[in-house]
Amino acid sequence: MAEVTTESPKETTAFADIDHAMGLRMYENMRRVRDFDEAVHELNAAGELPGFVHVYVGEEGIASGVMTAINDDDFITSTHRGHGHCVAKGVDISGMMAELYGRVTGICKGKGGSMHIADFSKGMLGANGIVAGSTPIAVGAALSAQMRNSGQVAVCFFGDGATNEGIFHESLNLASIWDLPCIFVCENNGYAQTTATSYAMNVKDLAVRAKSYNIPGVIIDGQDIIAVHRATKEAAARARAGKGPSLLECKTTRFYGHFEGDNLKYRDPNEAIEARKRDPLVLFANDVAPVIGVTGDEMKAIDEKVAAVIKKAIEFGKSSPFPEPEDCLNDVYVNY
Amino acid sequence: MADRKKITYRQALNEALHEEMARDESVFILGQDIAGGAQNEAPDEFDAWGGPFGVTKGLVGKYGKSRVRDTPITEGAIVGCAAGAAASGMRPIVELMFIDFLGFCLDQIMNQASPMRYMFGGKAKVPMVMRTMIGGGFSAAAQHSHSCHSLLVHLPGLKLVTPATPYDAKGLLKSAIRDDDFVIFVEHKGLYETKGPVPEEEYLLPLGKGEVVREGTDITIVAFSKMVLIAYEAAVKLEQDDISVEVVDPRSMSPLDEELILNSVRKTGHLIVVDEDNPRCSIATDVVALVSSKAFDSLNAAPKMLTPPHTPVPFSPALEKFYLPNADKLVELVKETVPAHA
Repeated sequence: MAEVTTESPKETTAFADIDHAMGLRMYENMRRVRDFDEAVHELNAAGELPGFVHVYVGEEGIASGVMTAINDDDFITSTHRGHGHCVAKGVDISGMMAELYGRVTGICKGKGGSMHIADFSKGMLGANGIVAGSTPIAVGAALSAQMRNSGQVAVCFFGDGATNEGIFHESLNLASIWDLPCIFVCENNGYAQTTATSYAMNVKDLAVRAKSYNIPGVIIDGQDIIAVHRATKEAAARARAGKGPSLLECKTTRFYGHFEGDNLKYRDPNEAIEARKRDPLVLFANDVAPVIGVTGDEMKAIDEKVAAVIKKAIEFGKSSPFPEPEDCLNDVYVNY
Repeated sequence: MADRKKITYRQALNEALHEEMARDESVFILGQDIAGGAQNEAPDEFDAWGGPFGVTKGLVGKYGKSRVRDTPITEGAIVGCAAGAAASGMRPIVELMFIDFLGFCLDQIMNQASPMRYMFGGKAKVPMVMRTMIGGGFSAAAQHSHSCHSLLVHLPGLKLVTPATPYDAKGLLKSAIRDDDFVIFVEHKGLYETKGPVPEEEYLLPLGKGEVVREGTDITIVAFSKMVLIAYEAAVKLEQDDISVEVVDPRSMSPLDEELILNSVRKTGHLIVVDEDNPRCSIATDVVALVSSKAFDSLNAAPKMLTPPHTPVPFSPALEKFYLPNADKLVELVKETVPAHA
């Protein structure tokens, strides 16, 4: 307990635990996440989408690694950079795209937008515009699972910036003292908006913060879907066995800015160039797929299938009607 | 109403919690010291306090530590935790010991629990209750005497109720627990010892519906929480001056029973609002604005407010007496507002 460990990339050279079907699932999951936000990136640049948009491009190994390691009825909470978590958890892509377009057919009927996509039927309890805002909500879902003895786990996604908020400490402490089935997944992409992690905290690896709660803290290469998947499986098994929460620190890099339109003046352009050399989809295709027998043709077929899904989603979003103005007034309460 | 002795506001709340926990297994309570001594095993010891004012006394012995859950001092986490549990199949009651601690959990209230249903397109339900305490009069000074409920009434997506009597406290708490929306249940710490009749048989009171506590014809006093008692006391005193006061207790601040208030003012032609919150941007100004904009033609004089001044709550009894509304101040204000009978 409380030992901070590092998942060595070398361990991932043997993939006995990842069969062919899981390999296909991982690749398709990442491809969906990637292509959705690449499309959003372009649509936003073209002025198609209203509001603030934060894309997940470059971090797919984390959402897809986690989601292929948990069950459909498990809970997740997400962040402002939440499209990837939603897609990976199985939220309807056309409904998401319509939501980004602000249409009535959107997954939240145009009431939430990019930062508030949720689908409780998929265990997706909400993206969140408030940094660290969802951490106690995941704790509550985990408490609910524990009290109902349902065997579910709750995965809480958050960024490096969230770990400097007071509510992060409160949430991990509470989850820890009650041994809740909660997995805290930190996506450390090195920046809280423009501010580098190295400036904002005096520790190199924020997994060490797990020590304060006497829970496992694991440092993971977030570009390596296999490493994320394995660490999540272990944390989920531990959680379901009643042994409490874990903190997984997934080191990653976002390929684009904090938000779409970010001038990125605070970041060395080489960082994105270097990061793209460690693209999680490319790493999977090069290092994992050949070993487990996933072929280029199979991945190409997935690419084509996903491209069609995204194209259809864009058409659906663009062609769907806006809500009626008076719809502004409903859905505030169940009854009032 | 079956005849039985009057019970206290505290007992009424305790009965409501007992009944709803027995009725529905998904109801549970979390908060600081709601049992007390959580580290101990013996029932007597771990029900050391039963909440700072004894409202939750005896629950842990009956329903166990899982459903009567003492927490660390961690307001943000417990309110957010309640929201997460409510969103995933439970009906939590979270206790924010004093409303003064609101700052620690305001994000979870204003950005998470309250807008959750709306943000997610009406598909989420957040059936949680947050019990909290307001009120001065104890020389507890600025950080333990707040009545800043207006801050919360401002927020769409939550309901807020302010029971003034044991009868209202029990009926409203039971309804709040069964409600599928986020309800903030505001108790006044000066009311726990007050007694009133409460029937043996089960009853519920609807959220958002007020009542005319005392009928009158010359002036309407709209009062909330403990101020209802002050308004009633003033109304009785004013009988000697031949001024007939109607006391209206909306019982909920959100939803607000607008018609009840407007109908009363249409009858009396005068309005005073009494509340213990500070005056700026408050429920008192809100009710005055409501009446001014919707029943202006019925008013025979400018509507008035009796609230504390716009200062923090002072410590010294001499200062706090000046700060708080009371029946004598209200009597004076009524006499200034209503013309003397010929």
